[in-house]
Amino acid sequence: MIFFKLIVTNLRRHRIRSLISVAGIAFSVAAMLTVVTILEGAIGMFSGILSSGSQMIVFERDVSDLFFSNVPGQAAKQISGWPMVADANPVLFGIVSSEGHPIITCFGVTPSDARIRKAVWIEGNRLDFAQHSDDVVLGARAAEFLNARLGSQVQIGHASFHVIGVLKTANGFEDGGVFMPLASAQSFFHKEGTSSVITVKLRNKDDAAAFKSMVKAKYPDLIALEDAEFTRSYSQFRILKATAWAVGGCGLLLGGLGVANTMIMSVFTRIRELAILRVNGFSHAQIGGVIFGESAVVSVLGAIAGLLIGTCFLYALKLIPALDGYIDTTMHPLLMLLVLLLAFLTGVAGALYPAVYAMRIRAVEALRFE
Amino acid sequence: MMPAAEDNGTRRTVLRAENLWKSYDEDTVAVLKGVECEVYAGQTVALCGPSGCGKSTLLHLFGGLDLPDSGRVSVNGVEINRHSNLLRLLRHEVGFVFQLHNLIPDLTLEENCLIPTVAAGIDRRAAKARLLELAERTGLGHRLGHRIQKLSGGERQRTALCRALMNRPKILLADEPTGSLDEQASNTIFDLLLDLVATEGAALLMATHDRALAGRCDRLVEMHDGKIHEHAFAN
Repeated sequence: MIFFKLIVTNLRRHRIRSLISVAGIAFSVAAMLTVVTILEGAIGMFSGILSSGSQMIVFERDVSDLFFSNVPGQAAKQISGWPMVADANPVLFGIVSSEGHPIITCFGVTPSDARIRKAVWIEGNRLDFAQHSDDVVLGARAAEFLNARLGSQVQIGHASFHVIGVLKTANGFEDGGVFMPLASAQSFFHKEGTSSVITVKLRNKDDAAAFKSMVKAKYPDLIALEDAEFTRSYSQFRILKATAWAVGGCGLLLGGLGVANTMIMSVFTRIRELAILRVNGFSHAQIGGVIFGESAVVSVLGAIAGLLIGTCFLYALKLIPALDGYIDTTMHPLLMLLVLLLAFLTGVAGALYPAVYAMRIRAVEALRFE
Repeated sequence: MMPAAEDNGTRRTVLRAENLWKSYDEDTVAVLKGVECEVYAGQTVALCGPSGCGKSTLLHLFGGLDLPDSGRVSVNGVEINRHSNLLRLLRHEVGFVFQLHNLIPDLTLEENCLIPTVAAGIDRRAAKARLLELAERTGLGHRLGHRIQKLSGGERQRTALCRALMNRPKILLADEPTGSLDEQASNTIFDLLLDLVATEGAALLMATHDRALAGRCDRLVEMHDGKIHEHAFAN
């Protein structure tokens, strides 16, 4: 109890300084949680777009970006005929633009694609999809910002399309996207006969390894990955994740420097006090424990505050209509634990030098210190 | 290592300095120049001399807070050196009282006094009982929950005295313990100090400028220019 009191006494003595340190850690934790959660959520959503309920994704091997992937149309036909395959759908991804909206995701899909089959059709009938080459279906948000509805003509890029339906999906990228028949998209993007990926649903999930081997054997230029595997290995996702953790890490580093600064000040302003403890029999480890304990209290308080700030910020983001569907603000417990642990370790690391300094204080000299 | 107790006739030596040399600032300021000194169990010894003669340095060396350049310091028959257990010395064998009370201002009287027991890992209940006993004897029983800032100079020094005796050391090293008090408070504290060391059976080595107080000790040791010049028995 006395030991703990020694730890908190100095924090209470310099309340403003302690609060600033706690705030430093709190904002670092909040920044890290927010950035990582948003990016993880975006990656999750993007993965969802790619897989759309399937288990496997087939795409061009060693391609840097799926927009550059070219999967021969024949491959999709052949794969869908394999006994282990329940369903295989080629999808062509592209970016289109319209007046005032330079980036709209375009999906070239077949009528059997889950996106068309399972979406909630607000207007139009899914059976009408792909009857004509200039037909498009709009996501609800795309319809809103393109000011279009069933039967409208919309100018997309260099061509005009006829809106035959409006559908609602939970995914913001799809909700703000345009769905074209695959052949129309191939023609629009000058990618005749190819798709970006093939999404594959297997009859038995245990056949994933056999499926991958078959793809490798039959199509050496293609690669098949399970959804989770794809999310882990896709270079764009890895770059995004690395960026998120790097940004968050920089935040934590700054927070750690704040703690280090506080702890250095804490040690320098209580040299005499530390010497008194030493004269009264405190060991080096006990002196270090007081300093580490102080930084641990700052870190834990900062981490808890950061968790609250981050949660509130993510909740606030969720309430912004323009972001609805584009970000997944679900905070994973494992991520929370990891960030809290990192905050704690950062705080403790920040106390390393001050603690060593405190342990080396020579009582006889420090007692002369005024 | 020397035996745990040295018997000098009928008296046991608890502190012994043999040919102690100590200097500061890269040997430019020589403070102790071959000091020889002994303190016996239960004895009260006043260490007198002008400022800078080495009194505090000698106390620090006896308390293990510093090491001599050469010579030997023994406490309870055990030589203090870099390899000895200084923690045991500080926790159980010696207690310090300074001119400035050296208490932690934000803690209460009780918390300050319990610090040595926390360091030594003494059971909290036993520590509390010891504190109550010492607080009663020093008249601080009603001030236990008060912060140090709320105490008078005399009360602070009494608190420091309690803290020094918490772990029942048999040697008390006091560096001008009444130096910052007025005459009346000074006499009160010194009476208390003598009473406590007598009842605790502890030896007292006290650096002081106050000749009147020094005269009430069993022995008076004069220091000049880093050396002990005379040993006079006050009583």
